[in-house]
Amino acid sequence: MAKTHVTMTVNGEPAEGLVEPRTLLVHFLRETLALTGTHIGCETSHCGACTVDFNGQSVKSCTMFAVQAEGAQVLTIEGIADPDGTLHALQEGFREMHGLQCGFCTPGMIVRAYRLLQENPNPTDDEIRMGISGNLCRCTGYQNIVAAIQFAAARLNAPAQQEQAA
Amino acid sequence: MIPASFAYHRPSSLSDAIALLEGLGLESRPVAGGHSLIPMMKLRLAVPQALIDLAGIAELRGIRREGGSIVIGATTTMADLIASVDLAAAVPIIREAALSIADPQVRARGTIGGNVANGDPGNDMPAVMQCMDASYLLAGSAGPREIAARAFYQGAYLTSLRPGEVVTGIRLPLPPAGHGWAYEKLKRKVGDYATAAAGVVLAMQGGRVSKMAIGLTNVGDTPLFAEDAGAILTGSTLDAATVDRAVAAAENITAPASDGRGPAEYRTKMAGVMLRRALARAALRAAAQ
Repeated sequence: MAKTHVTMTVNGEPAEGLVEPRTLLVHFLRETLALTGTHIGCETSHCGACTVDFNGQSVKSCTMFAVQAEGAQVLTIEGIADPDGTLHALQEGFREMHGLQCGFCTPGMIVRAYRLLQENPNPTDDEIRMGISGNLCRCTGYQNIVAAIQFAAARLNAPAQQEQAA
Repeated sequence: MIPASFAYHRPSSLSDAIALLEGLGLESRPVAGGHSLIPMMKLRLAVPQALIDLAGIAELRGIRREGGSIVIGATTTMADLIASVDLAAAVPIIREAALSIADPQVRARGTIGGNVANGDPGNDMPAVMQCMDASYLLAGSAGPREIAARAFYQGAYLTSLRPGEVVTGIRLPLPPAGHGWAYEKLKRKVGDYATAAAGVVLAMQGGRVSKMAIGLTNVGDTPLFAEDAGAILTGSTLDAATVDRAVAAAENITAPASDGRGPAEYRTKMAGVMLRRALARAALRAAAQ
């Protein structure tokens, strides 16, 4: 089958490649771009390990073709930390609150939580649980994942609150 | 989990999409969000030779008023539906049903057109569309036509869509002001299809039901419009004896499969329970207006 040339922006950088139309977005990210932080879990759009940010929404990159991402803005776990290596508040939160054990679900959890906190900067625990209901963790039972996301929400909201106080 | 090879087309107009579907014939499929089709392709249960991606056709996405109805473009996503303030005010059952579907990532991609056109008895929107007496806007090489949601479903994955035709949108008549509504869905977990679900849209006048429509999800080969149950309740005060008779009538038209969600008898009873809950909640909302 003829290959198609795709171009998109991944983590702020232009990215391109020749793909078969049947190439899944997650395979393009992992195999063509060597961005292996995005994981392949169930491959059936249930587990959320492959979650990436796509034009400002969380999507499961195992259930999209790379050709459907032509021209898109894609953010993966590799683009979450600052370019100088400073961890994002979510990454700090997962570390500080023990939000992972094996770590397999963590990239998807963090990328999903990144969007969730933009949609809802002050979520309740219940809102976090519903917000990450498309991401499965088989180790921790979610308690510490929720705590990690709350840690990040508090950290991200702190400057704004200080400004209000001042 | 890699689909068979296919050719990919991304037309920018509806007429180009229809011409492609016509030219490529039965081996081609339109794709919007792809959250029904792509999983089937990965399992090789669907092996289209060509995909016609509708995502590049701007006119197919969005929610607009048209006279006394609301028209929703086929590629409008579940997330778009949930976010629409206008839709939540005018036809709130759509938002409630959309929120019961899968998870945020899936709702960001899954579209209303795909949900209603696929003919999967597990999809939630068809029964809601039957409740609302919506009609589907179709387009094909023979021109556009419109068909009632209540007449569209023939069997599992079998609809009145003709070869080469696509669903371009949905026309929703505006429900009467002060109507009551509810979509009740029993599922084992987020992301599961319904064990059973029921949608209710009703209106009350002087303490009696003046309008009643009931749809059932995933308890038959098609969504079920429970016409007899609705007729039993019309004119009633929703008293317990009449509700019992209506629930029995609704249970009577179900024919669910026995599967991982439970034996058929259980799923039929759960359809009745979902209907009772939906009736109670819809009545409260109607009274509260």
